[in-house]
Amino acid sequence: MVDAYVFDAVRTPRGKGKKDGALHEVTPVKLAAQMLDAVRERNPGLDTRDVEDVILGCVSPVGEQGADIARTAVMISGYDESVPGVQVNRFCASGLEAINMAAAKVMSGQSPFIVGGGVESMSRVPMASDGGAWPIDPAVAYSTYFVPQGISADLIATKWGYSRDDVDAYSVESHKRAAQSWAEGRFAKSIVPVKDILGITLLDKDEMIRPDASMESLGSLKPSFADMGKNYGFDGVALQKYPEIERIDHVHTPGNSSGIVDGAAVALIGSKDAGEKAGMKPRARIRSFASIGSEPTIMLTGPSFAAERALAKAGMTKADIDLWELNEAFASVVLRFRDLLDIAPDKLNVNGGAIAMGHPLGATGAMVFGTLLDEMERRGAATGLVTLCIGAGMGTATILELV
Amino acid sequence: MSSISYQVDADGIATLTIDQPGKSMNVISPDFTEELSEAIERAAADASVKGIVVTSGKSSFVAGADLIGMSGMIEHARNAPAAEALKVSSRLTEVLRRLETIGKPVATAINGTALGGGFEIALATHYRVAADDEAIKIGQPEVQVGLLPGAGGTQRIPRLIGIMASAPLLLEGKPLSPQQAKSSGLIHDVVPAGELLAKAKAWLLSPQAESVQPWDEKGFKVPGGAGGMHPAAAQLFMAANAMTRDKTLGNYPAAQAILSAVYEGTQAPIDLGLKIEAKYFLSLLRGPVAPAMIRTLFVNKGRADKLVRRPQGVPKAKFNKIGMLGAGMMGAAIAYVAASHGIEVVLLDRDVEAAERGKGYARKLVEKATSRRKMTAADGEALLARIHATADYADLADVDYIIEAVFEDRAIKADVTKKVEAVIRPGVIFGSNTSTIPITSLAEASERPEHFIGIHFFSPAEKMPLVEIIRGKKTSDEALAVTLDFVQAIRKTPIVVNDGRGFFTSRFCMNYIGEGEIMLTEGIPAALIENAGKLAGMPVGPLALADETAIDLGWKIHQATEADLGDAYKPSAAIGVMEAMYVKNGRAGRKNGKGFYDYPEGAQKTLWAGLADLFPVKPESEWPRFDDLKKRLLFAQALDAVRTMEEGVLTDAEDGDVGGIFGLGFAPYTGGPLSMLDTIGIANVVAECERLAATYGERFSPPQLLRDMAAEGRTFYPAPKAAA
Repeated sequence: MVDAYVFDAVRTPRGKGKKDGALHEVTPVKLAAQMLDAVRERNPGLDTRDVEDVILGCVSPVGEQGADIARTAVMISGYDESVPGVQVNRFCASGLEAINMAAAKVMSGQSPFIVGGGVESMSRVPMASDGGAWPIDPAVAYSTYFVPQGISADLIATKWGYSRDDVDAYSVESHKRAAQSWAEGRFAKSIVPVKDILGITLLDKDEMIRPDASMESLGSLKPSFADMGKNYGFDGVALQKYPEIERIDHVHTPGNSSGIVDGAAVALIGSKDAGEKAGMKPRARIRSFASIGSEPTIMLTGPSFAAERALAKAGMTKADIDLWELNEAFASVVLRFRDLLDIAPDKLNVNGGAIAMGHPLGATGAMVFGTLLDEMERRGAATGLVTLCIGAGMGTATILELV
Repeated sequence: MSSISYQVDADGIATLTIDQPGKSMNVISPDFTEELSEAIERAAADASVKGIVVTSGKSSFVAGADLIGMSGMIEHARNAPAAEALKVSSRLTEVLRRLETIGKPVATAINGTALGGGFEIALATHYRVAADDEAIKIGQPEVQVGLLPGAGGTQRIPRLIGIMASAPLLLEGKPLSPQQAKSSGLIHDVVPAGELLAKAKAWLLSPQAESVQPWDEKGFKVPGGAGGMHPAAAQLFMAANAMTRDKTLGNYPAAQAILSAVYEGTQAPIDLGLKIEAKYFLSLLRGPVAPAMIRTLFVNKGRADKLVRRPQGVPKAKFNKIGMLGAGMMGAAIAYVAASHGIEVVLLDRDVEAAERGKGYARKLVEKATSRRKMTAADGEALLARIHATADYADLADVDYIIEAVFEDRAIKADVTKKVEAVIRPGVIFGSNTSTIPITSLAEASERPEHFIGIHFFSPAEKMPLVEIIRGKKTSDEALAVTLDFVQAIRKTPIVVNDGRGFFTSRFCMNYIGEGEIMLTEGIPAALIENAGKLAGMPVGPLALADETAIDLGWKIHQATEADLGDAYKPSAAIGVMEAMYVKNGRAGRKNGKGFYDYPEGAQKTLWAGLADLFPVKPESEWPRFDDLKKRLLFAQALDAVRTMEEGVLTDAEDGDVGGIFGLGFAPYTGGPLSMLDTIGIANVVAECERLAATYGERFSPPQLLRDMAAEGRTFYPAPKAAA
């Protein structure tokens, strides 16, 4: 088997996913194309004809994100027209799944280089625009106890006893870490500012961070999912699946959940040979990767199972991992993962995460992948594991090793 | 003899008048469907016919499917190969589709109540006009017996008024008045009854007359949208799915089948939509729930209401005035119920003040009803005037029936019995509302034990539909017949059982509470126990029910039983829980605000945090399977029903099932405790009991009756013969 290496990873700063967000004027296909071009420009030795596929995650692939946005982005980028594109959807882990698929194509010996990544303009194509049978089709929703994932996050908090203070405290720390990382330039290696058609920079820094977030400011926010849980029966459905719980404690608010943002990110994956031919130095080796399915109603407990499967494939244990990155979809998800795997707080999400910076659904997997890589290099951590919780009860994880 | 008359008038309007001979209401049966088909074809072929009116010759239009005669059809639906069964079960759908596409305009003159298949006939016509009468009910109540409207209701209603407005009609089965049906768009007009036929004919002869349904027009769209691609419809289904599951707990497949028939069917052309509906309808007939619900909730409840257990040869009793002894909550409520059915009530207690307090309860109910306009002020006054609060036994001299609901104490009851018998006419029947003390022993205080009987109401009596009648050893047929007549006079549903400690219902319900309490001692979290009860289909969890019925009451019954039975008494593990809760911690239940739950003022009750100290919770990995918890809670009750049969207390499965559901809210989707055992299969039940006994305790070991039934291949209800 051929080893798969990471040669480069870039991301946009994350823009507020609303009509007044800095990236709202940029179409998603342009966000993706700008990242593809950044990889080409940063690696002059790369002949894009050797990029045998561009795999992009996108979670709401309809409208202007529909009809294979990966190939569409390639067409308006500076890549050779021989480069194909394919869009994948593993919900919130789409960006990481795309990288893992890229790695698999390289490892199989079929491709010298593959680009993996993702894109989501949540301000332009709202979440859930693509419908889906799970929530809507009675024959599916009914028998599988569908609840929206905010209810699942509150269910995790209730089942394992994380209070409103616990999740808010985690959020304060995320903002603090993100602000400090920006102040110290820790994201500089990956960030590619987004420009408009005139070349004017629209955004060069994550737009949503609030360094002054405090227990007081967060504590005043109203729970996001209490009304929905009560008025539309979702709390009741969740309790039917988790009958050991008397009632759901709705602790999550906009302040301790991931933000809605726009953004894109890609990574260049290739073999050692291909890198040598192009005169490029690999930054890290992909040791293993895995995706799993888990109980869909609680939905967001997949990361530990995915991490365990990836560790087993790599012949490693959790003690062998120096640095951890778990997407901050909701604070309870991170707290549960941290406690279950007994990970020290200073080894997990050390630069903050989506609670502070936002979660552009299809792109996030590739963003946290790049964040882990940058930080491993910065602190000389030999190994790192990146994972995300996923809608419908899944988890995806990847283990990286510096070379 | 034909049940549809066919008459063509000078204007070329054919009137199909449905009037089934020998029946008080028209109902839909396979034979009727064929008659309807013939009438439709006759009108279609008759060149002189320009339009058709469908109406009824009875005071109601068509009341729906013939549920009583349906058992043969259900058997066929269950046993025939699916494709063949579908052909039979969707025959009415086919006939009605023909009705709306014969190329001639069809109107329905809804002269009376049109429910279920009755309204589906109207929906398959091009114009619907109803008589202006608030008493007329229009709707699709199928869901209430576990079915869906299987002759187009789930397809035509959403196509007429949109999915959102259809949901409550289809999922809850609530009927509408003609005016409500008109404003929701289900019918076109409401006119005085005398003008009904003229109005229908006038429409047929008018330029507006149409022979094409809206959904057969080109470019038809479901109002408000349909399908997963329509944002509003997608949102609607997301909420409806969860709300329906929240409410039905997944125990009622009809709810999901209705949602699915609407979701899938409204995205398809009408013919395919009708096919989809027909398949979901058949899936319900072939499942376990609908047949069991139809049998108990409709057929057997109807038999009980018609006094199927009444002894022959006793003249029908009339009740002008009754004596109600004891004006506590139960006595007061019974007095209200009797008075509200036009019966005078002598409400007697120790002193006039106590009796007046009891009448105050009735006054409050009257005030509530008048403020909600469910009763006129005059009717309310008349009702209250029928209740005579008194402390004087002499006032009982001319009563036609006695109900005793004094304190549950043998000595007090005996004293009251003697005082009453001294003044009443000798032939008057004496009914005791005791909930646990054996009737035969109470009758010992009576001079006329043959006139002594148990008449056990459920609290709150003004709401609860069941009355359990208990025959003592010496109770006469006459006493039983008169008591049944009384229960019918106040529009309650009676069951009849023989005497025994706790009769049928009281001990039945104690098994549910007891099993929940035993689970606490096993280290199972209280929330899990409560949710197991609710998810098994019970109205409340066993611990919540213990709080409602009072934990000290359970403890006192235990003590009384111990005193009565001595060494023969085998107390259950639940006794320790009552002792810990009530004796050691003073937690008596809701009545003192402290039970298994806390009852904070103005807030939802919450499980008492101290429970985990009294009954330490085991780690999750050691909890029994959740399905086992549900099964234990239902089996604890059902096996006791079997034991009451072995003991001769319960003589008929119908009484057990009707009593279990209407008295105690036993999981209605099962059709009752004994129906449930039939559904599982008696041999399977025996095997399951043996497993439960080995794992959880001897109380689950199968009663001999079940072993015998399994060996002989018997069931509680014999299978009806299949008829196509």
